[in-house]
Amino acid sequence: MHEADRFAERHIGSSPEEIQEMLRVVGFPTLDAMIDAAVPAGIRLGRPLSLPVASSEHAALAELKAMMARNELRRSFIGMGYYDCLTPTVIRRNILENPGWYTAYTPYQAEISQGRLEALLNFQTMVADLTGLEVANASLLDEATAAAEAMSMCHGLQGRGGRTIFFVSETCHPQTIAVVRTRALPLGIEVVVGNHAEYALTEKVFGALLQYPATDGPVVDYAPFIQEVHQHKALAVVATDLLALTVLKPPGEFGADVAVGSAQRFGVPMGYGGPHAAFFATRDAFKRHMPGRLVGVSKDAQGWPALRLALQTREQHIRRDKATSNICTAQVLPAVMASMYAVYHGPEGLRRIAKRLRALAATLSAALGEPQTGPFFDTLRFRKSPRPKGVSVREYSDGSWGVSIDEATEMEDLHRLVGRHVEGAPEPGLGAFARSTPFLTHPVFNRHHTEHEMLRYIKQLEARDLSLTTSMIPLGSCTMKLSATSEMLPVTWPEVNGLHPFAPVEQAQGYQLLFQQLETWLAEITGLGAVSLQPNAGSQGEYTGLLVIREYHKRRGQGQRDVCLIPVSAHGTNPASAVMAGFRVVPVACEDSGDIDVADLRSKAQEHCDKLAGLMVTYPSTHGVFEEAIREVCQVVHENGGQVYMDGANMNAQVGLCRPGDIGADVCHINLHKTFCIPHGGGGPGMGPIAVAPHLAPFLPSHPLHKPDASTAIGPVSAAPWASASILVIPWMYIRLMGANGLLDASKVAILHANYIVRRLEPYFPTLYRGHGGLVAHECIVDCRQFKAVANVEIEDIAKRLMDYGFHAPTMSWPVPGALMIEPTESESKAELDRFCDAMIAIHSEIKAIESFGMDKANNPLKNAPHTAYVIAADKWDHPYSREQAAFPAPWTREHKFWPAVGRVDNVYGDRNVVCACPPVESYDPASVKAN
Amino acid sequence: MNIPKNLKYAKSHEWVRVEGNTAVVGITDHAQNELSDVVYVEVPAVGARVEAGKECAVVESVKAASDIYAPVSGDVAAVNEELSNAPEALNQDPYGKGWMFTITMSDPGELGELLNPDDYAHHIGA
Repeated sequence: MHEADRFAERHIGSSPEEIQEMLRVVGFPTLDAMIDAAVPAGIRLGRPLSLPVASSEHAALAELKAMMARNELRRSFIGMGYYDCLTPTVIRRNILENPGWYTAYTPYQAEISQGRLEALLNFQTMVADLTGLEVANASLLDEATAAAEAMSMCHGLQGRGGRTIFFVSETCHPQTIAVVRTRALPLGIEVVVGNHAEYALTEKVFGALLQYPATDGPVVDYAPFIQEVHQHKALAVVATDLLALTVLKPPGEFGADVAVGSAQRFGVPMGYGGPHAAFFATRDAFKRHMPGRLVGVSKDAQGWPALRLALQTREQHIRRDKATSNICTAQVLPAVMASMYAVYHGPEGLRRIAKRLRALAATLSAALGEPQTGPFFDTLRFRKSPRPKGVSVREYSDGSWGVSIDEATEMEDLHRLVGRHVEGAPEPGLGAFARSTPFLTHPVFNRHHTEHEMLRYIKQLEARDLSLTTSMIPLGSCTMKLSATSEMLPVTWPEVNGLHPFAPVEQAQGYQLLFQQLETWLAEITGLGAVSLQPNAGSQGEYTGLLVIREYHKRRGQGQRDVCLIPVSAHGTNPASAVMAGFRVVPVACEDSGDIDVADLRSKAQEHCDKLAGLMVTYPSTHGVFEEAIREVCQVVHENGGQVYMDGANMNAQVGLCRPGDIGADVCHINLHKTFCIPHGGGGPGMGPIAVAPHLAPFLPSHPLHKPDASTAIGPVSAAPWASASILVIPWMYIRLMGANGLLDASKVAILHANYIVRRLEPYFPTLYRGHGGLVAHECIVDCRQFKAVANVEIEDIAKRLMDYGFHAPTMSWPVPGALMIEPTESESKAELDRFCDAMIAIHSEIKAIESFGMDKANNPLKNAPHTAYVIAADKWDHPYSREQAAFPAPWTREHKFWPAVGRVDNVYGDRNVVCACPPVESYDPASVKAN
Repeated sequence: MNIPKNLKYAKSHEWVRVEGNTAVVGITDHAQNELSDVVYVEVPAVGARVEAGKECAVVESVKAASDIYAPVSGDVAAVNEELSNAPEALNQDPYGKGWMFTITMSDPGELGELLNPDDYAHHIGA
């Protein structure tokens, strides 16, 4: 029987008839003829991918359901940074399960991202308040990598003059210690793990990491040790727990310079490891050295407060090998959830939750008759009591066992842990450790505690953001394709999101099967031998892949190989990752066509042949073309003893057509959030697993709580063995639904869509780079530099004007300053592509009005864009164009108008006056902002 | 483009004003124009030893962060503390209030390696 409904036809935006119409415009009789012209014959995969036959949506959901039913959902008290919690259902339905939140892009275009920027500012305020530090970022990947980032920052600040030791307390979570060790090695940092009370600090120590409360429970007074750390001119990092800090004295009050941790237990499911938002807070003096994204307050063109990403010059996309970190992404969706959890509960509600945990913990301790050695929060360790059965507890190597009480714990759980009925005990006092300072005093945390208020607050913020629910987001190299509902549904199934990442593998058989199948499929798609699902973002995939290459050389007695060739056209993350992996970056020139200069590559490879570790290359190129010489490029590197790292950012043009492994790559990361439908989440989570050739498989990352004895492995790079495991159901569903043919069709249509846009925009915005057959790959770079001289129009003006037409701008000024990079993806319809092209063409005629018809160069629809409802409705209107042209420039805006929440944001003001916490309410008056 | 006649210039767009054994250093009008609005300046510590051609300070605009290279070797004698509150001085008055730091030169002979105003003008195509 044939299927009545093929998913591929729902995923791919254009119908067969529309595909034919577009082919006529591009100039080819068939899709295959166009692909034959676009993709060099020498790299084509001459057979269909070997993948299961496409399944229907209901059948794939049933298959996944049956598989995940093999996971055993036991109550887990393992703790170690992961705790069961109760996601408020109003947050689950309206954020986690809501495409209005999860399909938005990273908030670079601030004017149409004010909703999540406000939620992230709440997150920063919440973290700064609870940790007692001055400034917090908008989240990192997980607690362990946040600790590693803290080490790097301390090293950058205090690591001069032979200071090479980073002390790590043995009472940190084991996965944190392991990830810090992995990170330290290539940077030449020596990690000393020990008991802080016995450790003799020296002048060689640049920083120290402590856990508060300790991993096995005790709340320890670190003030004297931190004082000593400071006397040695070193910095103190405290890994901590936000819920504990609602009742405990915060790290900022006992001297910590940095606080890190996970915000998971603020309403984000454990998800067998993630995704979660880690936090990073520090002193104001160090803010320019801080890793990750930072939301700051500025003002818009009318003087109203407006939010934006601040201090972006610290980041890898600008600083390249000198960046503070290679981190690109934040974990926006989980960070938004955590901040909303705090908004929903408020300071008193959070404190009630914390006090209840402590009372339950005290009850357990009393019932087992085993008092703890000192004050505790939620985690207890038992040395004498018998280990309970039927529940997951933490098992220590010395035979003792531990329990972390969480928000979901009930008295019945304690009966089961003790083996009999127990009576509740009161919450013990905390003495000198009790928190005395207020927190979350800002009104936003004190006024949305009823469900109606909460619902409306969430919806109010959502409405300020442009997501894929409004229109296409044609970002180059970001692949903003459809995340289908059937792919997303399983993420919130209990059997998917209820597991603790360190639950015994026997209890996660469904997950193990999912990993095996997904690894097999990704290996087939990339043409490589083995896959690690541990890297938690594309940047982390790069770093991990380079560490694997480093280890491979070392094991072959070639440890001197430390030169990493990177084309100048590469994304800034590449050089930043290479530096983190301990490599020296040697740039390779590009030709005017955008292709790698093979002669320069050859001479650099030969010059460094004894030191050559590898090459990082993106394919199709960052200029959006299938480079002909790619095989030769890989060959040159191999001939000179190097390995080839392929950046998988442009994988969406390859799936089913050609494979990195066949082209010559030894390692490749796969952005599951680009090519394989994990939504962008408004700026994270993503995932960046790596695929490697068989000779590199022995070096793939291990994990102390999964395969600790993998002797050749590079050590863990993420806190959890399979990183953000719960969102791996999304690529599994996508591949299962599309099958080999659907995936191949998707790649072909993605390429067709890009070439159709090239043709339609040609007379107005010429495409800068083309490859084989005069065609681009799946994205195109269109030139906008010509308008500066004739009309004083800059790229930013075009980007902001697109907002008035209801669109998110394409990638601006990368990789070519002053140009736009457009990637339409396969899942937009021809109608949507036409609407976007019509908007671009209309903007072009507005530019012509300035250039040829004397419209004021400083006062025109582009310079004043975006136009807010407030501006349009104001009594005063002193522009040489109508209000209608300003706000309703295209027919579709009359049917549905997306209003930017603020006018053009003043970036300079924001970076000169950095404010990264919720501003006082009275500031929401332009008069007071202007007075500042 | 303003290129004062009484200064020396590095190819990396720093200017030097020689006052006895001291070199006053800043960035050129051309450099501030390329960078656009400067939002932050990180100057070296007083007493730090700097080496000609090596990076010793950072200037950040909204668009870019640029390293500033010491035009001559020596010890940093003074830094412009005002820039932490008023980085826009680099845009408004690059040769005056926008000075960044002074170096007590260890080898004044290195001044010979720098460009004169005409050569600098040629270098930037002005």
